[in-house]
Amino acid sequence: MIQYIIRRILYAFPLLLGVNILTFVLFFVVNSPEDMARMQLGHKHVTEQAVENWKQQRGYHLPLLWNAEASGTSKITETIFFQKSAGLFWFDFGISDSDRRNIGADIKQRMWPSLAVALPTLLLGLITNICVALLMVLFRRSYLEFGGIVLCVVLMSVSSLFYIIGGQFFIGKVLKLVPISGYDGGFQALKFIVLPIVIGVISGIGSGARWYRTLFLEEVEKDYVRTARAKGLSETQVLFRHVLKNAMIPILTGVVVVLPLLFMGSLIMESFFSIPGLGSYTIDAINSQDFAIVRSMVFLGSVLYIVGLLLTDISYTLVDPRVRLS
Amino acid sequence: MVVLWTDALIFVLLLGMIVLSVYMLRNPRMSRPLRQIGTSKTGMVSLTVLLFFVAVGLLDSMHFHSKDSNEIVSVLDQWLSPIRLHGEKTYSAPFAAHLFGKELMVLEDGSPVWAYPRLQYGGAHLDDPESELFYDVLMKASIGFIKSAIPAAIVLVLLVQRLRRRQNALISQASVKAVAWTVFWIVTVCGTLLELSSYYHVLGTDKVGEDVLYQAIKSIRTGLVIGTLTTLIMLPLAIVFGILAGFFRGWVDDTIQYLYTTLNSIPSVLLIAASILVVQVYMAKNEEQFTSLIVRADMRLLFLCIILGVTNWTGLCRMLRAETLKLREMEYVQAASALGVRRRIILFRHILPNVMHIVLISVVLDFSSLVLAEAVLSYINIGVDPTTHSWGNMINGARLEMAREPVVWWSLAASFLFMFTLVLAANLFADSVRDAFDPRRMG
Repeated sequence: MIQYIIRRILYAFPLLLGVNILTFVLFFVVNSPEDMARMQLGHKHVTEQAVENWKQQRGYHLPLLWNAEASGTSKITETIFFQKSAGLFWFDFGISDSDRRNIGADIKQRMWPSLAVALPTLLLGLITNICVALLMVLFRRSYLEFGGIVLCVVLMSVSSLFYIIGGQFFIGKVLKLVPISGYDGGFQALKFIVLPIVIGVISGIGSGARWYRTLFLEEVEKDYVRTARAKGLSETQVLFRHVLKNAMIPILTGVVVVLPLLFMGSLIMESFFSIPGLGSYTIDAINSQDFAIVRSMVFLGSVLYIVGLLLTDISYTLVDPRVRLS
Repeated sequence: MVVLWTDALIFVLLLGMIVLSVYMLRNPRMSRPLRQIGTSKTGMVSLTVLLFFVAVGLLDSMHFHSKDSNEIVSVLDQWLSPIRLHGEKTYSAPFAAHLFGKELMVLEDGSPVWAYPRLQYGGAHLDDPESELFYDVLMKASIGFIKSAIPAAIVLVLLVQRLRRRQNALISQASVKAVAWTVFWIVTVCGTLLELSSYYHVLGTDKVGEDVLYQAIKSIRTGLVIGTLTTLIMLPLAIVFGILAGFFRGWVDDTIQYLYTTLNSIPSVLLIAASILVVQVYMAKNEEQFTSLIVRADMRLLFLCIILGVTNWTGLCRMLRAETLKLREMEYVQAASALGVRRRIILFRHILPNVMHIVLISVVLDFSSLVLAEAVLSYINIGVDPTTHSWGNMINGARLEMAREPVVWWSLAASFLFMFTLVLAANLFADSVRDAFDPRRMG
């Protein structure tokens, strides 16, 4: 087991290296730092000196891969690749392009609001979806199920933007139950995060419940379920004790893989509700064309995804004794 | 005649679709799943709605230089020119005869008054809008309805009767009837709207006074382009890599797996954002290449499709790899290779046709999620060009007006209505395609 985990962690390095090289090519080779500077400073009426200063202040004046002017090891270390891209491996994110803040510190501070919204959304959404799916399976081949399926298709055909706008308008503006947007520290945050969580759960029901329903239906056809019924168990007992347990394996793996990514938050949710999390951080960076932050978030996201993959593999062995890692 | 890049690709895609459907209609193996779709009423109705959207999109994809002004316009623009050119000053509600906000006006006797000014075009033929408006709208609507309903009904009845006599094998009688009703309603609704919109702004006007109905209709093309062109770019990557990885295994498999795990591990929104930022910098640098606004917006749309395609192929590729792994161990493939059939031939004749159902299902399923994704991406400003008509841009523009009192709701309602119809039709059609082609769901 430990051996397997170590091997998987080692396998993560080439992947991260790939991500790193890809982002390096996207951000420094396709577009030179020169272009970035001009983008930030505006295209017209900008002097060479200003561009040079901008690059100097942010460390973009170095050569890309090989510094011929330096001596010894600094031929490699005094380059953009080493300082900007390789640094990501030890989570040294550097400073942002637009206002030269420390990105690492910002991330540490902003990931908690993201988590405060994303984690309850995921958990409540999971419970709701499973309940709805189980109900549909329980009443299968009835008008109730048909209605449920139709409702699911309708729900999943609505853009998530409309859920947010509608929720903000009806719950926040018309009924005035909760503030429309904002955030606060400590328990004060609760009243701000209720609405995003509720909207997040509702917007996920359509596709989630449908997907779980197919999982449950596949399981319901199996022999052990028929045996359980033949034994005289009631339909609810069969569903909750037998079917749910066995269908949990694919559900669990789907959930575990996104767990680490919860730190990244949801982009649109956070920006609509002005929650100071990593999602709105990313959006702000995209809007102000801050390449340093986008680069850091790309790398962070990949690390978290790879951690998620690893956790998925481990959780497989924990829930399903038939799976042996080798 | 002006052919934009996306126009050309759309027509290439259309040609491909026609070839594919002729092939499927001729191929006896396909007759069972096709007949299953033909008997599903929801499937056929949603297909009809989708085809209607496609027709509008195609009309909007034939561009030419307008004679009166030196703009590039499409055939659809030409048809809708009454709506397109009847711009107001700013916001006005659906079927309104007055502007939405009060303005300072000078009366004939010279005294200033704070009132709602009349619209330039919307309801301009009325003398006294307060009393006449409701009756007039009803009148115009029924005229439009009758004008379009009678020809539509005659043509449809004749067509349906001929179809009945021919005993069409693919489509069941019940579906024919449902499709006929759908076509009838689409035609009459369009006719009524057209009749009304030459007198009123049926869905109001937006901030700069542009007709919202026109915007929503123009957005159809953008949605369709994103939903289909992305697939065009994604398919070759996914099919080639997926089948090669599954068939050859060894280092080919390792390399391809590495490739798609790497791409997959980057959060797709961020990858799209990063690529769009790069494209923006490129376009800003090479401004001289993009002669007009519409060409520029079109290039950005194409780039967005390419980027979405490059980030989206991994899922299908993984499925195809798994299926090919399974297929290459099947007896008929083993037998073929034992008989000395070349590997290239095995790939084309035995593997490729047997994974096509996965490709078909995933293409149809992806379409609706791509249309929805466009709206979200446009909201984050990494979607289509801000000057392109798209539902995402409409929502983005209208979102801030929700705080107004009374609410400016019509832009949101229009984009909601159009997007919902398209996505719902696509979802329902995808379901019936999946039911028909997925071997696990047969029985």
